[in-house]
Amino acid sequence: MAEPGIVFWILAVVTVASAVMVVTLKNIFHCALALILCLFSVAGIYILLNAEFLAAAQVLIYVGAVAILMIFAIMLTSNLASKAIRQSNEQVMVGTVVSVLFCGGMLALIYLTDKAIVSEETGVAFWRQVRGTLPADNVASLGGYLMTKFMLPFEVVSVLLLAAMIGAIVLARKEKA
Amino acid sequence: MTEFSFLIPLLPLFSFVMIIFFLRWKEMLSAVFSIVMILAAWVMSIIVLIETIARHGDNYEAFYKFVDLPNFVLEIGVLIDPLTAIMLVVVTTVGACVEIYSVGYMHNDPRFSRFFAYLSLFLFSMLGLVVANNFFMIFIFWELVGLTSYLLIGFWFEKKSAADACKKAFITTRMGDLGFLVGLFIIGIYFGTFNYLRVFDIAGSGMIPAGILTAAAIFVFCGAVGKSAQWPLHVWLPDAMEGPTPVSALIHAATMVAAGVYLVARSMPLFVTSGDASMVVAIIGLITSFIAASIGLVQNDIKRVLAYSTVSQLGYMIMALGLYGYDHFHGQHSPGFYAGTFHLYTHAFFKGLLFLGAGSVIHAVHTNDIQEMGGLGRKMKKTALTFMIASLSIAGIFPLSGFWSKDEIVAAASHHPVFFIGTLTIAFMTAFYMWRLCFLTFFGEPRDQHRYDHAHESPNNMTYPLIFLAVLSVCAGWVGVPYLSHGFASFVFHDEAYHPHPNYLLWAVSTIVGGGGIILAYLMYYKKSISADAMANRFKRIYKLLYNKWYFDEIYQKILIDPVMSIASFMWKFDANVIDGAVNGTGWLTIKWSDIKEWFDTWIVDGAVNGTGWIVRQGANILRFLQTGSMQFYALFIAALVVLFGIYRFETSMMEGDEPIFTIGFIIAVVLLAVAAKLLQGRPQTDRQAESEE
Amino acid sequence: MLFYLSLAAVLFAVGLFGVLTRRNTIGILMSLELMFNAANINFVAFNKYVWADGLIGQMFAVFIVVVAAAEAVVGLAIVLLLYRNWQGIDTDHVSVMKW
Repeated sequence: MAEPGIVFWILAVVTVASAVMVVTLKNIFHCALALILCLFSVAGIYILLNAEFLAAAQVLIYVGAVAILMIFAIMLTSNLASKAIRQSNEQVMVGTVVSVLFCGGMLALIYLTDKAIVSEETGVAFWRQVRGTLPADNVASLGGYLMTKFMLPFEVVSVLLLAAMIGAIVLARKEKA
Repeated sequence: MTEFSFLIPLLPLFSFVMIIFFLRWKEMLSAVFSIVMILAAWVMSIIVLIETIARHGDNYEAFYKFVDLPNFVLEIGVLIDPLTAIMLVVVTTVGACVEIYSVGYMHNDPRFSRFFAYLSLFLFSMLGLVVANNFFMIFIFWELVGLTSYLLIGFWFEKKSAADACKKAFITTRMGDLGFLVGLFIIGIYFGTFNYLRVFDIAGSGMIPAGILTAAAIFVFCGAVGKSAQWPLHVWLPDAMEGPTPVSALIHAATMVAAGVYLVARSMPLFVTSGDASMVVAIIGLITSFIAASIGLVQNDIKRVLAYSTVSQLGYMIMALGLYGYDHFHGQHSPGFYAGTFHLYTHAFFKGLLFLGAGSVIHAVHTNDIQEMGGLGRKMKKTALTFMIASLSIAGIFPLSGFWSKDEIVAAASHHPVFFIGTLTIAFMTAFYMWRLCFLTFFGEPRDQHRYDHAHESPNNMTYPLIFLAVLSVCAGWVGVPYLSHGFASFVFHDEAYHPHPNYLLWAVSTIVGGGGIILAYLMYYKKSISADAMANRFKRIYKLLYNKWYFDEIYQKILIDPVMSIASFMWKFDANVIDGAVNGTGWLTIKWSDIKEWFDTWIVDGAVNGTGWIVRQGANILRFLQTGSMQFYALFIAALVVLFGIYRFETSMMEGDEPIFTIGFIIAVVLLAVAAKLLQGRPQTDRQAESEE
Repeated sequence: MLFYLSLAAVLFAVGLFGVLTRRNTIGILMSLELMFNAANINFVAFNKYVWADGLIGQMFAVFIVVVAAAEAVVGLAIVLLLYRNWQGIDTDHVSVMKW
C-alpha cells in the first residue's frame, strides 16, 4: 500500500477547497461553478481509484447534467444570482462546530479502526489486504454485471428515473388557472 | 243455613271490596249493592236465629285451624249460640236501616260511595266480631271495628273537630284495647287456648288460681271499657258525634259500643268465676251510667245528649252484667245477664231510632243545637212521632220495649241498695233529659224562625227506616215479657235459664220514676212553670259541673295529656338539642372534614394533576421552540446527535474518568449555540431589509 | 486508502456544513451533491483496496449517481415550485411548519 501520489494530493486539495467554496461563497452562481470544479476533481479521484466508467459517468451526469440543471434552476428561480447577499443562515456557528466535530469523529473513527482491527497473521489491518483483483477492463465487466448480476436493480433504477422525471414534470408544471 | 253462617260477615266484606275496586264511580249502584248485601246478611241472620231457636239454643261451632302448633292453636271459626244469633239480627237490622237511611242522608256527599264502602267494612268487622269463636279472632275484629270507627268518625276529615274526634276515639279506645290485649296474653298463657268454650270450661273447672281469673276478667273488661265508652274512657263517644249521623246511629248506638257489652256477656263464664272482677264491672257501669246521665241533663247538642244517653245506657247494661256475675259467684239467682243482653237488644233499636231521628232533624234544620230548634213537630210529623216513641221507650214506659228490659235491670239491682237507688235515679234522669230533648225540639214556639222556615220532612228512604225501627222499639221487647214461658230469658241465658215473673211493685216504681222525669221535663220545658234558667242559677255550681261534663276532658288534659305533652316537649328538646345536636354535629364535622378533603382535593390532588399539566404545558412552551419548522434546524440536530453518540462512545471506551465531561460539554455547547441561533432568528428580516435597502 | 477515506470524510463534513448553514435551497442541494460524492469516493476506494471482486463498490456508486441525478431533478422541481409559491427559495420561507 503505497503512499498516494502527488496527483492525489492536488486533487484532494482542489476538491476540498472547491467544496468549501460551494458552501461558503455568497453568490449562488459562483457556488455552482465551484461545485462543477469539485465534481471534476472527484472524477479525477475516481480515475485514481481505477473507476474509469464512474469517472466518465461523473463528468457526464454531474458536470454535464446536474450542475447545468442547478445553474438553470438558479437562473430560473432567482434574481439574486448576481447579488452578493449572505447565503448562510444564523446557525453558522453551531453548524461549524457540529461539522468540524463530525469530521473529526469520522477521521478518528477511520484511524482508530485502522489501528484496532489488526490481523493476527500479518500484523496489519485486515482491510489493507485486497480480496480478489480488479478486472483489467473495468468498463466492460461493469457493463456485463449490469446486464447479469445487477439486472433487477438496473431495471428498478430505470423505473426510478422515470418516476423522478414524471414527478419533476408534475411538480414543476404550471397550475392551470 | 247455620252451616253457612260464616258467610254473614263475608257479604258486607264482598260489598266493600266491590265498591272500593269496581263500583266506586257509580254512586247509586254502590249504595244499592251494599244494601242488597246487608239485606242478604239480614235474611241469613234471621234464618240462623230461627234455626237456633229450633235447636233450643244449642251451640253450633265450626272452625278452621290456621295456626296449628303442638301446644298452640289459632282458630278462625264461627260459634253460633243464642247470644250470637240475637246479636247478628240486631246488627244486620240496624245496619240495613242505617244504610237505607244513609242513601237519603248522605246524598250529594262527594264521598258517597266511600261512605257505603266504610259502612260495609264496619258491618263486616262487627259481624265477624259477633260470630267469632275465640278471643284471638274477636280481638282482630275488635281492632277492625276500631279502625272503621276511626274512618267513619273522621269521614268529614276536612272539619278539624271531626279529625280530632276520630283521633281521640281511636287513641282512647286503644287504651282499653291495651288492657284487652293483656287479658288475651293472660288467657293465652294460663289457659293455653283462645277458644271460648274451652276457656270457659277451664275457667269453670277451678284449675286456674282465682287471682289469675280476676286479672284476666278485669283486663278483658278493659277492652269493653274502651269500646263501650265506660268511665273513665267514656270521653271519646260524645266527641265521636262529629261523624255523619248514620254513623252515630250505627256505631255509637247499636253496634260498636255494644261490642263491649257483648264481650262482657260473651265472657260471662269468666266473670262469674271472680266476684271481685264482677263487682268492678258493676261499679264501673254504675259510675258511668250516673255520670253520663247527669251530663246529659244539661247538654244542648242533640247528638251529644243522645251520646251521653248511650253511654249511660251502656253503663246500665254493664252494671247489670256485673251484678249478675257477682250474684252468680255468690250462688244467687239474678236476672242480670238476661237483663243486660235484653237491654242491649232493645236499646239497639230505640237508640238507633233516636239517632236516625236526630239525623233527620239535623238534616232539616242544619244545626245540632236544640236551643235553635222548637216546634219542629208540626213540620216533621213522622220524625217527631217516631222520636217520641223511642223516647218513651228509653224512658221505660209501659208497654214499650224499653220498659221490659229496663225493668229487668232494676230488678237485677234490687238486691243491692246502692245500685237500686242509682238505677232509679238514672232512670229518672234518662226520662227527664230525653223528654227535655223532645220538648225543646218538637214542641213550643220556634226559637229560630229562619231555620224553622226551611225545615222539612225528610224523604221516604229516611223516614221508612224510622218507622220500621219505631215498630221494633215498641214491639221488640215483647219477646221478653215475663208472661211468656219461653221468652227471651229462656233463650239467652248463662248457666241456667232465668224465669222472670212479673213484679208489679217494681213496675210501679219504675213507671213512676220514668213518668216523673217526663212530667218534670214537661213542666220545665213545655209549660215553663218551673224556669230552667232559675234552676240553673240556683244550682249554678252543679250546672256548670254538668255542663262541662264533670270536667273530664279538662282533668284528662291536666293529668294525662299535659304531662305527656311536657314529657314529649322535654323529649323534643332533648331530641332537638342533644340528639339533633349530635346528628348536626356529626354533619358539621362531616362538612368540615369534607371541606378539608375538598381543600386537599383542590390543592393537592388537583394541584398534582394540574401541576402535571402545567409542567407539560411549560415544558412544551420551552420545547416548542425546537419546532422551528426549519428543515436545517432538524438536520442540525440529527448531525449533532450522531456526533454526540460518537463522542460518548469514544469517551466511555477510550478515556479514563467516570464523568462523560466532553459529552456533557458538547450538549451544553450545542444547546447554547442553538438557543443563540434561535435568538438571532429575528435578524434575517432586518438583514434582508437592510440588504434590500442597499 | 486512509487518505481517500479521510478525503471523503472531510468532503462529507463540508457538505454537511453546507446543508446546515445554507439559506438558499439550491445551495443545500449542491451541498447534498457533495455528500453523495463523498460517499461515492468511499465506495470506490473500498472497491479498490478491500473487496475487488465483482466491482460491487463501483456498481453501488453507479446507482448512487443515478439516484442522485433523480434526486436533483425532483429537488430542483420542488425548488421551482417553492419559488412559484413564495417568490423566493430561502429556507426561511418554508419554515411554516413551526409552532
